[in-house]
Amino acid sequence: MFNQLRAVTAMSLGTLGQRLGASSVIVIGIAGVVAVLVSVLALGVGFRHTLANTGSPDRVIVLRGGSDAELSSNLTRADVDNISDAPGLKHGADGKPVLSPELVTVVNLPKKDTGTDANVTLRGVGLKLLEVRPGIRIVDGRMFRPAVREVIAGAGAARQFRNLTLGSKLHLRNADWTVVGRFTSGGDIHESELLADVDTVASAEQRNGYSSAVALLDSPGDFRKFKDWLTTNPQLKVDVQRETDYYAAQSKQLSKLIDIVGNGVAIIMAIGAMFGALNSMYSAVAARSLEIATLRAIGFSALPVLASVMIEALALSLLGGVLGAALAWLFFNGNSVSTLGAAFAQVVFRLDVSPRLIAAGIVWACTIGALGGLFPALRAVRRPVAEALRTA
Amino acid sequence: MSDNIVSMRDVVKTYRRGKQTVEVLHHLSLDIAQGEFVALMGPSGSGKTTLLNLIGGLDRPTSGEVTVAGSRLDRMGSGALARWRADHVGFVFQFYNLMPMLNAERNVELPLLLTHLGKARRRQNVAAALQLVGIADRAKHKPAELSGGQAQRVAIARAIVADPALLVCDEPTGDLDRKAAGEVLTLLQQLNREHGKTVVLVTHDPRAAEYAQRQLHLDKGQLVEQAAAAA
Repeated sequence: MFNQLRAVTAMSLGTLGQRLGASSVIVIGIAGVVAVLVSVLALGVGFRHTLANTGSPDRVIVLRGGSDAELSSNLTRADVDNISDAPGLKHGADGKPVLSPELVTVVNLPKKDTGTDANVTLRGVGLKLLEVRPGIRIVDGRMFRPAVREVIAGAGAARQFRNLTLGSKLHLRNADWTVVGRFTSGGDIHESELLADVDTVASAEQRNGYSSAVALLDSPGDFRKFKDWLTTNPQLKVDVQRETDYYAAQSKQLSKLIDIVGNGVAIIMAIGAMFGALNSMYSAVAARSLEIATLRAIGFSALPVLASVMIEALALSLLGGVLGAALAWLFFNGNSVSTLGAAFAQVVFRLDVSPRLIAAGIVWACTIGALGGLFPALRAVRRPVAEALRTA
Repeated sequence: MSDNIVSMRDVVKTYRRGKQTVEVLHHLSLDIAQGEFVALMGPSGSGKTTLLNLIGGLDRPTSGEVTVAGSRLDRMGSGALARWRADHVGFVFQFYNLMPMLNAERNVELPLLLTHLGKARRRQNVAAALQLVGIADRAKHKPAELSGGQAQRVAIARAIVADPALLVCDEPTGDLDRKAAGEVLTLLQQLNREHGKTVVLVTHDPRAAEYAQRQLHLDKGQLVEQAAAAA
């Protein structure tokens, strides 16, 4: 049986060159489907990757009770003082808790590519910023100073928006702010933001409270103790989440939407490509009908003939899948884009054409090829040999 | 035990053409002895090729018995028939039906891929078959590089390489000039006389039929005449 399969498949693949046009229809059609699918889903992967990189299991975020996001949350200074007394909090060398009261607001900045204004998060952060978020690195310039209108810009924001070079002046809330540094934070969501001193931001916003308190625990295992203390404290009405859970929830809706759109577009294109593959494989089988009939007359069984048609369809679709994934990787992998996140501010992220996505694209391609090859293959082997010899 | 390699009894074969059922063979009975060279003649549509297909196990009768090389073909499924054909029959077609992308020796090797022979033995048998049909020097040539007569010789080598008892030839000289046709028919005669192959030949050409020991004439699905040839 293996000899039969090898011989029939070799003949099938050996004549591909003579059927270049029809074979190209399959390869190009499937490459298009896979390129679009992988590119669209790479948006979702990149977005999720950025948000998944944000947060650490031992870092917690405290919001006002019932608030979904920092923008709609408000904590008073007294709330933050109370939170600082909670058990399980990590304390720094100065004996004070590693906690950053934060105030989140949105400012308008023009995008580099289109010049249109987009919402960018301006995050006021406490003096213990670098202890709370040790992943933050100043890669250019210096840290902002407290009580001065200075900001540092995330690397993603600096790539995507204008006026964020060192020394640039930003006109925010009727005052000029100077960009004094550029930072990275491991590719997380904060790289899409501007950071400044929380009290200076509060003063400019004419607000007396904070949006959230972000703190570091002694260990991830202290979360339950910390949360229970806060949520049972009659003086506080707050929600406590691990930062990882908070950002996972923030990304859920958008990444789901991207997945639905990506798969929806791919399904529609895949149906078109499948009919293309069906048509091409019917032509391929028709072109080889005399060979197939002769082999069956000699005594070759139906199975190797069926398998050879399927192998040809799968080989072409695999080629299309690899080509499509390669195009998506070549043109889109690592491209920086931004979209409106759940907090009404732009999240800058890179398209991530991951190996898993490439594998998914190739599985799609092979599925299209298998379905496109199956019916012509069945037709080839179901036809009576005598009739096939007579009409070939 | 009978000496007949082919024994057909009361065979009927019908086809459906649209809504009509057409009876191509009408209650036909026929015996062909082991080692015989038989020519099947008759006008177009007389049922020659249908009869040949039944003898070669390419088709099954609508009713009646077909016994070839000791096997009841009318009772076999398509998978069993395929295996039976591989073991017992060599086919020679009018237009050679060679695989265009394979050279002569690879074409001849095809039936041996259905056996348990190893590569070296297959190569040996292929060389012997090509030698026997006098085309060994064209072993590496593809069908497009061969003349009609040479291509038909390769097809005959493919038909005999697995040493079947029966050769089924459907208008093997229909596409050849007179000289090449004569060479092919002489080769078939030689295979019959010297190697004991039973040959069933369908032809329109009375000169080709003269190479056979017996001529059968079909008309409208029935055997109308049986004649011993001069050969």
